[in-house]
Order: sequence, then structure tokens, then C-alpha cells
Amino acid sequence: MTTLIIISVLPIVLLYLGLYKMQKALLPVTILGLLAALVAAVMQWGDNAEPIYNGMLLFNNFSIAFSVVSIVSTILILLLSKGYFEKISSHIAEYYAIILFALAGIIVMVSYHSLVMMFIGIEIMSVSLYILAGIRKNDFASNEAALKYFLMGAFSTGFLLFGITLIYGASGSFDLDHIRDYVALHPRDIDPIFFTGILLIIVGMCFKVGAAPFHFWTPDVYEGAPSLITLFMSTVVKVAGFAAFLRLFSASFILMTDFWAPVLMVITIITLFIGNITALYQQSFKRMMAFSSISHAGYLLFAIVAIGAGSANAIFVYATAYSIASIVAFGALILVRQQTGSDNFDGFNGMAKRNPFLALVLTVAMLSLAGIPLTAGFIGKFYMFTGALSQYKFWLVIIAVVNAIISIFYYFRVIIAMYFRSADRAEVEVPPYYKFVLGSAALATIVIGVYPSIISALI
Amino acid sequence: MESLTNAIQAVPLNHYIILSALIFSIGVMGVLLRRNAIVIFMSVELMLNSVNLLLTAFSVYRGDAAGQVFVFFIMALAAAEVAVGLAIIVMIYRNTNSIDINVLNRLKW
Repeated sequence: MTTLIIISVLPIVLLYLGLYKMQKALLPVTILGLLAALVAAVMQWGDNAEPIYNGMLLFNNFSIAFSVVSIVSTILILLLSKGYFEKISSHIAEYYAIILFALAGIIVMVSYHSLVMMFIGIEIMSVSLYILAGIRKNDFASNEAALKYFLMGAFSTGFLLFGITLIYGASGSFDLDHIRDYVALHPRDIDPIFFTGILLIIVGMCFKVGAAPFHFWTPDVYEGAPSLITLFMSTVVKVAGFAAFLRLFSASFILMTDFWAPVLMVITIITLFIGNITALYQQSFKRMMAFSSISHAGYLLFAIVAIGAGSANAIFVYATAYSIASIVAFGALILVRQQTGSDNFDGFNGMAKRNPFLALVLTVAMLSLAGIPLTAGFIGKFYMFTGALSQYKFWLVIIAVVNAIISIFYYFRVIIAMYFRSADRAEVEVPPYYKFVLGSAALATIVIGVYPSIISALI
Repeated sequence: MESLTNAIQAVPLNHYIILSALIFSIGVMGVLLRRNAIVIFMSVELMLNSVNLLLTAFSVYRGDAAGQVFVFFIMALAAAEVAVGLAIIVMIYRNTNSIDINVLNRLKW
């Protein structure tokens, strides 16, 4: 709870700092505040969590683990923002404040215990993101991304709300435990509107996490939004979306797996193929990462399709691996874009000669995203596939392995461009903040890949 | 208050569900078919309001206030969305002099 309070108060403090023109203090204050929130979250670790505020929120180990991942990723992303927002506008306090408001929504999303709080968390996050996607006010791509994200987001909110309403109508409560009890007490005579409600919630959540066939906004929004915001959307927001998705389905609908698991399985398979095959054709690195994030949404859905005791852990490991690898990839993209002015793969040509460090960390990130052993990405995929195999979903795993092989092609295009294409180019300047973030993220990727036990038994 | 509850309960619950589903569908079709950003926006509001109507009906039928409280949350968040959404539409209008969503085609495969 202290975490949520700190993260909600911090943006207001930042807005005041902006008002009094203390631009230099913004980043240190943000980082210190987030570290305090992180400590407050870790201090609550324990097995005897109780729902608070009349059963609205529940800070159990699940929510603490995902809060920690979100906060740490946000800290790393904000470190990359040093000098980034100043180029867009002179009023930079607002950007930090809105990112932190989105983070407050995310903390609510991972710790709700009532559908009301789930909706409010998702909306606090989404409304902040609509603004963030459009912060380049004169750039047409950014405008377009903001409007598309806004219209699609509001549209999907409608579906989510209608689903929540139908579930309320059938079960008479927004509380996750009451809904589970309703299903348990009515094994044969569940109200038909309850089933419709589950389907509508699936549609709404798949929109939010960008799973096919509700993914069509993802590539445009990710490409149009500023790279740093895309990074925030594709890591922290996606992880929170899946945490909320899993929390709802494992707490309330777990007894109805026979009904919704086939639906989600079809969505998973479509998501994997659309994400991976379309990513093959991209010329822009940023757009490739957008489709890659769709395909990773497919892998993350595995844990929900094969829901069980290990699902939370599988999503946690996969999400951690995916987030840190994405931070490296987008960090490198921001630097390359500052030098060459384009997002294309060609911008990476011959980078290994001039920037051996940048090329190395980006290679580690790409290997992790592709799921090569000894990186964190492999461990994440391993847990996902083990969970699916334990429920005898062989075909799903075979399709996923085929897709993992397809994904190697487009991830290795970057590595080939960096090491084997020659180009006349100047050295990309890597500021010390970037060196720290990219280096520690790449190191974490390898450490988790070699010693997965440090995070794999947490939840 | 008592008479209001009785008046709402005089109509069977299924009618409210069907009415809300119809209004919701009108909203969905509006989002999918119309090209003007403001009209799409109004259609989204129609979807949210159909949800509000249904929540109120359920709430009255169950004698449970939680549903009506949720309606206020939805209204507050819809207002926040309107503020942000209209700002985005104004931003687009300044750059393109149009609010037709067909101008949004610069980002493609």
C-alpha cells in the first residue's frame, strides 16, 4: 500500500518542481522516489496478505513481484530518458509525472481484488498512455499514434466494461473471491450472461495486451509513438496487462477452464503466427520490435491457456526476461536513431567495428528475445513450454517451437547487420547513463540465463 | 425512492439486458463504420452509457449498491477520457485541418 501512495504522490511533487523551474532535480527526485517505493514493496513480502479497503486491493506476493518488475523497468527506462524529453519541449516535468501516473495505475492493476479496481487501474494507465503517445505535438506520426491508441483503447474499454457488468449481473459481486464462489456453488446452472461476460472480458484484455486478432493498433502505435514511450508501452504496460489478465482468470474463472481455455488457445496460435511472420517482412527495426512484442504476447498467453500453480511464476520469469531485453534493444535504437535519423535495419550496419560494446549488448538482447540457451529468454520460454506440456498441450508447444525458429531469422538480421555488413560510419556516442543501463540489463540477461533459480522460485 | 425502485422493477430484467445490448451494438457499429473522429467518440460514449444503464438495472434488481457506485466511477473516467480524447483530436485538427480518420494512413506495413 505504501508503494502505491508513494507512486501517487511523487508525480504531484514533480509537477511542483516543474512549476518552480527545478529541471535538474526532476530525474534524481523521480529515481529516489521510485527506489523508496521499491523498498516499501519489498518490505511487504510475506505469506499472510489480507484484502484491504473492503476487499478492494490485495498486496500479496504476486502483486509485490510484479510491482517490483514494473518499478525496476521504469527506473531503467527513466535513466534512458536523460536528455530525451528536453528535445521535445521545455516543460519536461509533465512527462515524468504522466509516466509515474501510468505506473500508479499499473500498481493498481497488479494488486486489485475487485473488478472495480481492475477497471480503474487499467484506465489510469491507459489515459496516461494516450497522452504519452502524442507528446510530439508537431510530428504527424506521433499524432496518429495517439489518436489510434485513444480510439482503440476507449473501444476496448467498452468491451471490458460490458463484460464486467454481465459478470456482476450473474454473480452479484465485483469481488474476485465471490465470483469464484458463485461458480463453485452453481456447477450446473450458471447464468448464460456469465459466459458472455467472460468472452467480452477476453476481448477487452486481448485488446489491451495486443494479442491477435485484436492487435491491429499495436504496430502503428508502437511505430508512431516516441521510442522511449514505445519502450514503456511494450515492457511495463504489457507485463502489467498480463499480470492483470492472469490474476483475474486464476482467481475467479479457474473452475471454468473448459469454457475459455480453447478460445484463448486459438487466440494464442493466431497471435504467434501473425506476430512472427509479419515481423519477417519489416524494414524498420522499431516496427519489427512491435511485431515481436505481439509474438511475445502469444508466448505469454501460454501461461493463461495452461493455467495452474506455476503460471504466475512462468509469466514473471518471461516478463522479466522480455523487459530487460527490450530495454537494451530500444536503448540501442534511440542512440542509432539520434545518429542516422532512421529506424531501419540499415542504420545498424557495421556497428560492431565502431561500437563493440553497443553491438555486444544488443546481440545479447536479440539472443534473449529469440530464446537461445544461456540467456534469460530461453529460461522464460522453457517455463512456458513446461507448463503447457504438463497439461498435454503438445500441438501448442510444437507450433510455438516452429514460431521460435521463425523468430530467429528476424532477430539475427540485426546481428548480421552489425557484424557482417560493412558501412562507413562514425562512432555512435554512448552517454554514461546508457552504458550503465544497457550494460546492467545485458548482464542481468546472462546471469538469469545461467542461474535461473535466483528469480524462478519467487512466487 | 421506494416507488422508483418499484417502477424500475416493473420491467423484467431481460428487457434491460436486451436494450443495453442493442445500444452497445449501435455504439460498436458506429465505431466501426463512421469516419469522423468526433462521431466515433460519441459512439464510444454510447457504449459506456449502455453499460451504465445495465449496471443500474442489475443494482436495483439485486438491492446492492455496489453497481451504482461503479456507475459513478465509469462516469468520472469517461469524463477524463473525453478531456484527453478531445485534446488529441484538436491536436490532429491543427496539423491536418481535418478530423476524418482516413487521413490517418501514414503508418503502414
